[in-house]
Amino acid sequence: MCVCVCVCVCVLQCCRSAAVCLCSSARRGLSCNGWSGTIMAVEFEGGVVIGADSRTTTGAYIANRVTDKLTPIHERIFCCRSGSAADTQAIADAVTYQLGFHSIELDEAPLVQTAASLFREMCYRYREELMAGIIVAGWDPRRGGQVYTVPVGGMMTRQPVSVGGSGSSYIYGYVDSNYRAGMSKEECLKFTAEALTLAMERDGSSGGVVRLAVVSEQGVERQVILGNQLPKFSTV
Amino acid sequence: MALSNVLEPAGSGFNFENSTRNIVLENGSEEGKIKAPKPMKTGTTIAGVVYKDGVVLGADTRATSEEVVADKMCAKIHYIAPNIYCCGAGTAADTEKTTDMLSSNLTIFSMNSGRNPRVVMAVNILQDMLFRYRGMIGAHLILGGVDCTGSHLYTVGPYGSMDKVPYLAMGSGKLPAMGILEDRFKGNMDLEEAKALVSDAIHAGIMSDLGSGNNIDLCVITKEGVDYIRPHRESIYNYKRQAKYKYKPGTTPVLNKTVNQLELVHETVQMMETAGSS
Repeated sequence: MCVCVCVCVCVLQCCRSAAVCLCSSARRGLSCNGWSGTIMAVEFEGGVVIGADSRTTTGAYIANRVTDKLTPIHERIFCCRSGSAADTQAIADAVTYQLGFHSIELDEAPLVQTAASLFREMCYRYREELMAGIIVAGWDPRRGGQVYTVPVGGMMTRQPVSVGGSGSSYIYGYVDSNYRAGMSKEECLKFTAEALTLAMERDGSSGGVVRLAVVSEQGVERQVILGNQLPKFSTV
Repeated sequence: MALSNVLEPAGSGFNFENSTRNIVLENGSEEGKIKAPKPMKTGTTIAGVVYKDGVVLGADTRATSEEVVADKMCAKIHYIAPNIYCCGAGTAADTEKTTDMLSSNLTIFSMNSGRNPRVVMAVNILQDMLFRYRGMIGAHLILGGVDCTGSHLYTVGPYGSMDKVPYLAMGSGKLPAMGILEDRFKGNMDLEEAKALVSDAIHAGIMSDLGSGNNIDLCVITKEGVDYIRPHRESIYNYKRQAKYKYKPGTTPVLNKTVNQLELVHETVQMMETAGSS
């Protein structure tokens, strides 16, 4: 990990270096920057299913109603971004660079845990300046499909299913009661789509379309569920 | 790390060289306290649309300094590269300087690499710079251009966030402009349709927002080249000056006139050593 840390410091000075000195006391409010919705990831046998809504807001205005919050970090490793749009885009770009460099040095596909550790390093070191909640999910040959969550503050932990973003508060109950270990790929896709739809129904900062992706040994399959095709629940 | 597009990589963090000078000026003498000037915001409507053969960018031309119109023919569509133009909203000085620096960086890159710049590279450079200044640079930009990978339209926010979309409006007049765009945008429009759409979107911004007004500029970028139409549509309120405001010679009486001849006292010539003489 020593090489990664050196690269980390050098990258942050050359690429998006967070100004550590003076803005640490000023927390940026929600209205200044893009603040995003709901993200989710589920492990299944052979890969992971990840999903997100598509809304980015600046205050009460929806700046982008078709955002893609599922960002590829490497061929079979994705990250789901929630929190400040500028911060998460900057972190994702920096980690993509570091992971690519690491993978070329090793001459093999990187581990999902390595990607998650790189996110954790950056999110923890600059925790005062950043507002980023990230879920790292992917497939590697050593351990199969894995989901790691790196919430605001810079903790990292592996979970079989993880939700994040402002809309996640509304679906913890649904996820806890409906998740079963050993679901198939189709069941995971349905589970994720329904959970995200429920979050989008109740959370003002989440909405638009549902973007899903399946990451497995075969590669990446992406799909979009448009607004009128979302699963319907009772309208009370 | 050597970069092919900058001569000197920027140091990290803020540069506060002038802050002690500013404090001295503001707290200075008891009689003459100098107030810091307020930054001029443009109060703008800017929009962009991707159509069949390229990108159409549009902007109004009013620059306001609080409640006074400072410039009636302000140019808000800035040149970045022969195939990339950028509309800027927010603080006028920030958008000017940011786009100037971006344009210089891309020219250096073109000379170093022998390639035409890509729009995505311009976006990345902007993101790097704006994220480093953490929102202090008030530049809300719409970048549009056509490169070897196709036609692209991006927006970059003051904190360094980026969105890639087929149609877009920014500035204080973005809400009415976005309404027009959401209603009438279609994929693969032809040129006249796209120009009419952008022009109407800016017009909606001008009508419904106090900070936007005067004329509408359009910039059409295609693979073949750029058509910068300034102005595309002129304001119907085009007041011509009623009289000339120059004073005729003789208006002010001349009381006295003295002429001081400057005398050449001493002249020296110093030869400089220049390289490569032999």
